[in-house]
Amino acid sequence: MDLKDGADLDGFRRALRGLVAAGVEPDDVVWSGGAAPSLFGDAAPLPADAPPVPLPRPVGALIGTVVCHRDPERYALLHRLVRRVVRGERDILDHHADPLVHRLALLDKAVRRDLHKMHAFLRFHEVHDPDGAERYVAWFEPGHFIVEATAPFFVERFESLVWTILTPVGSLQWDRRSLTVGPAALRPEGLDRDDRFAEGWQRYYESTFNPARVNPTAMRAEMPRKYWANLPEAAAIPALIRSAPARVQAMIEAEAAAPRRRTPDRAVAAMARQEPASLAELNRIILAADPLVPGATKAVLGEGPEGAAIAIVGEQPGDQEDLEGRPFVGPAGQLLTRALEEAGIERGGAYLTNAVKHFKFAARGKRRLHQSPTAGEVKHYRWWLMKELGFVRPRLVVALGATAALALTGRSVSVLRERGPMRFCRTGSEGWDGFVTVHPSYLLRLPAGDGAEQACRDFVADLRQARGMVEGPG
Amino acid sequence: MDDALLDKLGILADSAKYDASCASSGAKRRTGGPDGLGSTTGAGICHAYTPDGRCVSLLKILLTNYCLFDCAYCINRRSSNVRRARFSVDEVVRLTLGFYKRNCIEGLFLSSGIVRSPDYTMEQLMLVARTLRRDHGFAGYIHLKTIPEASPWLIEQAGLWADRLSINLELASDRSLKEFAPEKDGGAIKAVMGQIGERILEAKEEKRRFSPAGQSTQMIVGADASTDLSVLETSDTLYRRYGLRRVYYSAFSPIPEASSALPAKPPPLQRENRLYQADWLLRYYGFTVEEIAAGGEGGMLDLGIDPKLAWALKNRGRFPVDVNSADREMLLRVPGLGARAVDKIVEARRHTTLRLEDVARLSSGLKRARAFLIAADHHPGGLTDRTDLRQRLVAPPKQLSLF
Ligand code: SF4
Repeated sequence: MDLKDGADLDGFRRALRGLVAAGVEPDDVVWSGGAAPSLFGDAAPLPADAPPVPLPRPVGALIGTVVCHRDPERYALLHRLVRRVVRGERDILDHHADPLVHRLALLDKAVRRDLHKMHAFLRFHEVHDPDGAERYVAWFEPGHFIVEATAPFFVERFESLVWTILTPVGSLQWDRRSLTVGPAALRPEGLDRDDRFAEGWQRYYESTFNPARVNPTAMRAEMPRKYWANLPEAAAIPALIRSAPARVQAMIEAEAAAPRRRTPDRAVAAMARQEPASLAELNRIILAADPLVPGATKAVLGEGPEGAAIAIVGEQPGDQEDLEGRPFVGPAGQLLTRALEEAGIERGGAYLTNAVKHFKFAARGKRRLHQSPTAGEVKHYRWWLMKELGFVRPRLVVALGATAALALTGRSVSVLRERGPMRFCRTGSEGWDGFVTVHPSYLLRLPAGDGAEQACRDFVADLRQARGMVEGPG
Repeated sequence: MDDALLDKLGILADSAKYDASCASSGAKRRTGGPDGLGSTTGAGICHAYTPDGRCVSLLKILLTNYCLFDCAYCINRRSSNVRRARFSVDEVVRLTLGFYKRNCIEGLFLSSGIVRSPDYTMEQLMLVARTLRRDHGFAGYIHLKTIPEASPWLIEQAGLWADRLSINLELASDRSLKEFAPEKDGGAIKAVMGQIGERILEAKEEKRRFSPAGQSTQMIVGADASTDLSVLETSDTLYRRYGLRRVYYSAFSPIPEASSALPAKPPPLQRENRLYQADWLLRYYGFTVEEIAAGGEGGMLDLGIDPKLAWALKNRGRFPVDVNSADREMLLRVPGLGARAVDKIVEARRHTTLRLEDVARLSSGLKRARAFLIAADHHPGGLTDRTDLRQRLVAPPKQLSLF
């Protein structure tokens, strides 16, 4: 039964199983540093394959960290803890005031702090391979036997890089696929040679220090001197501290600069100009923006003349619209075109757009299934719709379906109950005369039959009524 | 990195250093995976500390320190003679990735002076975040300072990529804002806070990403005449009304090229500390603004002692409390006992009756707590009511050690 130097969790586990199985008292064992425990007196030899000792999860976790501590007494303390757990004190770790628990908590804390500092203060340097591939190497001197315990953190964070971590108690190597734990290493020479980023980091570090707040005590509490040797930026510390008082004095003594009252006109004018000044400019912004709904290849813009008498607002582009980049070209769009014709509205003379500018879908194999936008998503797109209609200035806005009505009114509208004329508000009293009717895709979903035909006729009648509203009584 | 970029880095880090809101905490766990880069761990890591004792966790820089505005407390204001520089979007991306790969930072905190127009500036900030995330699979932390005057849709886009958005309120009252930051509009700032707050809530409900680490703000203290009470009242409102994650307090710091509208001397840094302590009491210890302010005088916190001790000294009638029986709320009000210590006490006393030495193992602040506590073997007796209690508890001021 051998315990290796450093943090030998497996070895300790094996030894512990044997000791517990043989009922050996902690006081009868001497753990010699990293080496195997030796037993006094005539204790029986430990069984080689003793059964696992069931331990509460927090105790197991505590053992995992404490074995990393440098304290030679760690194994003995853990053995005592386990003995008490086995004797029935299963919630022993809640006894924060118990001297043994307290002592182990301190060891645990020290190891955690060391882990944290290694995560924080380790610096990689880029080394130049002959083939020009990126590779990173770091040298670090941890306080305890924590090198392996830090590996998951570095692998997770730098999975896509090739790197090596060297320390006096072990080393790690990651090649983007697998981790190799290696032996102790010597400090490599000239790591930060030719690394302009290392130089840049020092410049950054110096510049981000505020001399008016100098407080080296607070700094040392968090970044003790022992770490400085391996932190390239730490070289700047003494000079920064030395020059701080003089820098502050100079700032305070320097007479306050007479405000050079440069005229703010430019600033104010620039601010006033920032809103898009035309529909084309707004459309450029919409095209450049990322979808606020999942899916979508690109935004589908409105179509039709500015100044159109009627603007028709649908829900959102569908599969076909998304591919062609034009509104109302799919089956529902074709139905709309026919209905408009029947109602005596020329499609090309109206402005057609959608409340949501992107196709929201969920992929099912090769198929892209339409998904309705949520109220929140409709709200995100509302600014664009309002701006758009502001440029088009229609005399009447027709909302097709509940989503469009939601976007135009800001509240949920029951289309079948409230269909007909309605006032659409923008902000305050501003707004448009509006009309609410069903979305043509609703008509497509109705089972064929009398009801469906009647619904289509009602839809055309709605559109005709809308036309009447812009043309006036005639 | 060539010399020109190095030079810009110096200038644009220097002009960004007065912003205190640079923590990298609060993001959900996330990793870049085999093709991306980086991770966020939830808590954030301080990778270095500068001699001012503050941590370096993010690359904190400005996109540019040119600015159209003229805020008196700001080194980058239009009328300042400071050296100017400007990064391109790609330069910021390169710097962030370069430092991140060297394990120097947790991510990026990007702010900017307002150039050309608020929308243009906001768009550049958003583009940096988008390029990092989308083109480089960057999974580190990104905090963007939003430009309040920018259009809502740009802020919306920024929230898709950033972990945290913030807008600096800077001054607690609208009146100070008018005086010191003539082009800024307190109403607009709060409107954007409201907008962001609403979006964050919605996104949570819809399980989408939008500034998942919340929003924060910074207030400068000591540049105007605002009292601590009014600063804390403002914070309290921000926490409650806009769901802000953090309010940062930054003691006004003398800047080179200071405007003559400002006091030449800095306020004591201690004031900033006290505000942070008070903020903590507000958020985690169940204190109200009035209670905290009542510990001080005339709306200002006591600079000599922390606000919890100040409150306790003025409310001695409520002490001493018994560690073995007091409820959690009252234990939290005992000077020297932090929330963690209180939780341990509550847990430990289910198993045993606590004596003073037990409490000492659970809390490092026992020295201060003694006078306010009863334990199995301890009663402070008349100590709680002694008139010199304050003197006994306050260590004589220590000289700063400069080496
Ligand atoms: S807008 Fe921002 S950068 Fe410009 S002067 Fe004001 S605080 Fe400074």
